[in-house]
Amino acid sequence: MSQMIPTIEVQNLCKQYGATKAIENISFSVMPGEVVGFLGPNGAGKSTTMRILCGLMAGTSGRVSICGVPVATRAHEAKRHIGYMPENNPLPRDMRVLEYLRYRARLKEVPGKIRNKRVDEVMDLCDINRKTRHKLIGSLSKGYRQRVGIADAILAEPELVIMDEPTIGLDPHQIRSIRALIDSLRGKMTLLFSSHILPEVEASCDRVIIINQGRIVAEGTTASLREIFGLHSTYTLSVKAPRSAFMLAVDAIDPQKIIQSESMDADGFLRFTIRTGLAESFGEAMSEAIRQHPEWCLRELSLKQPNLEDIFVAATARSWEQTLENSENLNKENDEAFSQLIHS
Amino acid sequence: MRHFLSLFIHEIRMLLVAPATYVAAVLFLLLMGFLYLFLLEDFSRVPQDSLPSTAFFSVFWLPVFFMVPLLTMKSIAEERNSGTLETLMTTSASPFEVVLSKFLGAYCFYCFLWGVTISFPLIVHATLPASSIDPRLLDMASWTGGYLFVALSGVLYIALGIFCSSLTRSQLVAGMLSFSLLFMIIIGGRLLAELPLLEISSFQFLNEPIKTLQVFSQLEDFSRGIIDSRPFFLYISSGFLFLGLTSLWVEAKA
Repeated sequence: MSQMIPTIEVQNLCKQYGATKAIENISFSVMPGEVVGFLGPNGAGKSTTMRILCGLMAGTSGRVSICGVPVATRAHEAKRHIGYMPENNPLPRDMRVLEYLRYRARLKEVPGKIRNKRVDEVMDLCDINRKTRHKLIGSLSKGYRQRVGIADAILAEPELVIMDEPTIGLDPHQIRSIRALIDSLRGKMTLLFSSHILPEVEASCDRVIIINQGRIVAEGTTASLREIFGLHSTYTLSVKAPRSAFMLAVDAIDPQKIIQSESMDADGFLRFTIRTGLAESFGEAMSEAIRQHPEWCLRELSLKQPNLEDIFVAATARSWEQTLENSENLNKENDEAFSQLIHS
Repeated sequence: MRHFLSLFIHEIRMLLVAPATYVAAVLFLLLMGFLYLFLLEDFSRVPQDSLPSTAFFSVFWLPVFFMVPLLTMKSIAEERNSGTLETLMTTSASPFEVVLSKFLGAYCFYCFLWGVTISFPLIVHATLPASSIDPRLLDMASWTGGYLFVALSGVLYIALGIFCSSLTRSQLVAGMLSFSLLFMIIIGGRLLAELPLLEISSFQFLNEPIKTLQVFSQLEDFSRGIIDSRPFFLYISSGFLFLGLTSLWVEAKA
């Protein structure tokens, strides 16, 4: 069986602006059909990485290939596999939507026979075919302009679509519709997009890559990252039962659990917040234990798992701590070297 | 060069919908129309040895100073400022195709506007009684030579304007830069020739290159119908040099 070629393959990529390292030795790959979220705080290096992937700028060192085509040496060929929507989605204000998309289709080498049909297809997909097709782009709302940008990115049916902050500045309704649009592209093409709206990324992406200070600090599915960063699930329990018997039952399920809070309400219900590493299995075992005691009364059993926001905060905080540690070590070494120099 | 035609048609379309194009066209035609009128008045008052067309082309630098910056300043600067240059460069169109399409778009419009000025002597010829018209008014050799020089020098001037536009995000800065460089090229040659430095024997070798850079003497030759091959080489090669530099700059700083 032939080996599948990754849509994106980045190996030891670095980018320096003078003495400033924008990207420091990052490596990752994205397989065909994956939807990957590219996250990071402002200035982390997301846009720079995306621009290098699209062949808009060259890396200082390292290797980037798109569908097996090296971007550094065969940029024009690599660009044929990419649909890119830059940050802030720049569009010519003086052109009409239809006119612009047809022009872009010609530039993207969509064959003449199917060009108009393809333009109509993407306009239908992005819901800009009815009211907006003959409108000037400059007169469109931000949400519609984003749709035009996405329509342009997917126009030539590229293997890879890269979108830099496609939901920036949109209201919740527009964010939902853009999310639905991204979901509709799932399976048709590989998607890499950056966003600060983490619940959207969590809902849309198969995998996330978190970048901070030019380095990849976390990579994987939300579930795997939860484990990597040791983020436990939290259960909220409201039950009417003798406390000692109930605590014995909880201990039997997870002896490692931590009771974060405990209270009793006016109806005599005990309310616990329990942190556990068992996630879903704790809930199942707990409801089973309560079922075995018909005199116990359960009012609430809810699970709160750490979301992408918690993972993002943990990953970026860890990388900042490491940077701080490294710089402290470096300062210490410098101080030692300096004192040795003085003594000698 | 498979994307060139699409880019070129787009450029022409964008030129036709931009108000700045019409402002530049109206200003140019008004200025040239008045200049031609004053020139004819002058010729009708005092008989002169030179041809009206030679005198008309001798002021060609005046519209060049404002027309070329107006036509070219927005070409790349505006695209860079709005970010559309970035989206353009993500297609497989090469930077040279992009730059060449912008150059040819502006160049064709520049040549078209100059071409419209041929209507001035034709209008005079059609409206005045035949007896009062000097046959030198429509001296075709002179008009052809003059237009040929304008078209030839336009290659360099428009390429220079496009180059200036690629250096900055600001249209104003691009326009000012373009004006300054055009001033240096058109007037600088004449000023260099008047330098006392050239009379010193060790600088005599500069005489010939400086003579080649004399825009006004080239124009004089062309408008007399004397076609020399050296200006062809000078303007076309230097024009393409600037287009090449612009492509490199666009590729590096997209």
